[in-house]
Amino acid sequence: MTESEATAGGGSPPAVAAVKLAKSFGGVRALNGASFAAAPGEVHALVGENGAGKSTLIKILGGRLRPDAGSMRLKGEAVELHGPGEAHRRGAWTVFQELTLLPWMTVAENLLLGDEPRGALGLIVRRRMSRDADAALARLGIRHIDPDALVEDIPLAARQIVEIVRVVIREPAILLLDEPTSSLGEHEVAWLFDLIRELRAQQTCIVFTSHRWNEIASIADRITIFRNGAEVGTYRAIEEREAITLMTGQRLDTLFPPVPPLAAEVPMLEAQGLAAPGISAIGFTLRRGEILGVGGLTGHGHRELFLTLFGALRAERGTILVGGEALRLRGPRDAIRAGLGIALVPEDRKTEGLLLPMTIRDNLTLAILERISRLGVIEAGAEAERTRRLADALQIKTPSLMQPAGSLSGGNQQKVLIGRWLLAESRILLLYDVTRGVDIATKHEIYELMVRLIGEGRAILFYSSDAEELAHLCHRVLVMREGRIAAELAAPNLSAEAIVAAAVRDSLAA
Amino acid sequence: MPPELAARRERRPFTAHLVGQNIGLLLVFALLAAAVLLYCVFFWIRQQSLPGNFELTSTVNNTMPLAMAAIGQTIVVLTRGLDLSVGGIIDLTNALAAVQIQDNAGSMLAWTAVVLLVGAALGLVNGLLVGVGRLQPIVVTLATLSIFQGLAIRVLPQPGGAIPPSYTAALVDPNNPWALLYLGLCVLLWLAFRRSALGVAIFAIGNDEGAARANGIKVVQGKVIAYTLSGVFAAAGGLFLAATATAGDATSGNGFTLSSIVAVVLGGVNLFGGRGSAVGAIAGAFVTTMIVNILFFSEIDPLYQSFYEGLFLIIAVVVGAVLGRLLRRRR
Repeated sequence: MTESEATAGGGSPPAVAAVKLAKSFGGVRALNGASFAAAPGEVHALVGENGAGKSTLIKILGGRLRPDAGSMRLKGEAVELHGPGEAHRRGAWTVFQELTLLPWMTVAENLLLGDEPRGALGLIVRRRMSRDADAALARLGIRHIDPDALVEDIPLAARQIVEIVRVVIREPAILLLDEPTSSLGEHEVAWLFDLIRELRAQQTCIVFTSHRWNEIASIADRITIFRNGAEVGTYRAIEEREAITLMTGQRLDTLFPPVPPLAAEVPMLEAQGLAAPGISAIGFTLRRGEILGVGGLTGHGHRELFLTLFGALRAERGTILVGGEALRLRGPRDAIRAGLGIALVPEDRKTEGLLLPMTIRDNLTLAILERISRLGVIEAGAEAERTRRLADALQIKTPSLMQPAGSLSGGNQQKVLIGRWLLAESRILLLYDVTRGVDIATKHEIYELMVRLIGEGRAILFYSSDAEELAHLCHRVLVMREGRIAAELAAPNLSAEAIVAAAVRDSLAA
Repeated sequence: MPPELAARRERRPFTAHLVGQNIGLLLVFALLAAAVLLYCVFFWIRQQSLPGNFELTSTVNNTMPLAMAAIGQTIVVLTRGLDLSVGGIIDLTNALAAVQIQDNAGSMLAWTAVVLLVGAALGLVNGLLVGVGRLQPIVVTLATLSIFQGLAIRVLPQPGGAIPPSYTAALVDPNNPWALLYLGLCVLLWLAFRRSALGVAIFAIGNDEGAARANGIKVVQGKVIAYTLSGVFAAAGGLFLAATATAGDATSGNGFTLSSIVAVVLGGVNLFGGRGSAVGAIAGAFVTTMIVNILFFSEIDPLYQSFYEGLFLIIAVVVGAVLGRLLRRRR
């Protein structure tokens, strides 16, 4: 059921309203006449594919971007925002997707930035700041974050929580959250949703974006769906399948493609008694044509395992065998030469993997520069030809491969990461959380790509924070706990529930 | 009330954090202590006595111009910028002081104020070009360095002019290290700056400009103020230099561009911005002076002085980096 704009949220005037907002970057239209409205005491979800304009919309409402056309109202008043400070004064605060914490300042300094407790001469009193921050965290049920620690010294999930707390303690009338759950674990998501429900009861207007459908369904009062920079409609309740059709404009009958069974037992990558900082006694065999899943709660050694297999972390004990032969890894170069490729989607997307200011083509050929060069000079023709074919096969969405990689959406950046190793003819792919924060249609494309790759005789080791994904795509799943393999699940015992249960078994028993 | 998110973690006391987060500061003072000790050893070997009030006074007075320039440089570096024009501003203000200051209290006070304002104006030019014009700090300040040097030569074509002895006595008393009081004042100002909205803004800009902007911090304004303050402190350096030399020289400030950066690095200020303290930079300035003093007493051929200065500097930086890494790992 669709509603008209005028009746948004019942009788009260909307807390926030966007009317035909438009915004372009260069030649790209990010927003194309987008409208929606949300009322006080409402949780309003904005959903759509990457590039549908949700983030741009949130940035405009938060005062970080100025629209090219259109208008907006905050608390019923037509406003033009010249910066985030002005949005703050009008009660609109944003939790941005990319972290906006200051890394070399303490948690307390970040929480109270601009609102610090003052003493004599109007100077900031740091001890009181530390105490106030601790009290603010405790009020929200957070006792594991030290207010005097530097932000760079606390884990990513804790940083995301600090980011949320910082905004919540300003008591916003309008709370804008751009993908607040993308780097949170299940526990933290539950905490955030309790917090959101409490704020809703206090008549706060909450607008958020997410790619996780079960989250949206569990908390949103209303959902506005976006496609190509404009809204498709606002709904009180909608089935996921129908929403996907509206977001993509096409019907996706099954999100997960069928995975062919293993043809033969040909081991490609084996680990025996592998130990490194953060992991111990790891043993497994990855066979040709197999997608071997790795699951478990974040921070239990998955990242370390992938980095060790790629030679980026030094193994302390144990053996890694490729095609039955023991491999000595002194660094990633040795791993690449042995036919391994890694798509490690970094926890902080900007810092590893892709060189964002360089072109897509440069990023694709980074690992094979020696192969396409003659006397140290890159042969442009060969490079252009190979990368164009690959980009077509991967369905990388860009007007040109000479665009900077940073101009791509998250999902397409992931495709470039994978594509780099296809060019390098890697036969074993280590894919680390490649679908996190990626929209559904692109996820589907990545799944299909994975199935195609194993069909070509490659093998994939696949870590995902999404248990559903592992259960549907993998032949087997290794569940890690505290740096060890706690369980190996295979059909018929393989399900999302079984993965989660194996990941938390000990903590539940305790 | 939301549920408890996770088990309570053991909290380290506030002071433990303070120490952990100021390792750079501790290191530079350790380095300074080592340099002083080495100096005393060489002094004893040469003179069979320990350095006294005279040596302390001359060390302090010789360090004042660099200490001032280093404070200004610190503020700019904290915003992830760099001020190469420091040397030019010292040249110009030094020349101006030598030409203009007369031997009466009114002239001294008035011209001190004017010279500091000139420094502010020169810094403001840098700040506007970097902040409003969004130009690269290195290019901007390299260009203005050259411009300010040119202006200085116009003001004082040949070394000369004169600084009244009473002005010298007021700034850098040759008999007693009273100049330390100015440094004490600067340290107090710094501590206040660190706890002010402006200080928070400047640190935030150096942490992450985009994040600072998203937090409602006025980034352009912060940068403009940082370069302006750097100009003021460089001008103060020019005055101290004129007072110690008792005359002016339109090229005497040139070396301060690089030595102020050296002092800042020795002082533990991160060249990528957002981390550091002017107190460390002042200590860093004293370390560079001590290196020169040590070389003087170690009877090294003056022709090799530059060579050994560089060598000591590298050793100091390497030792600092290694110790810092070890300490951080223990944490």
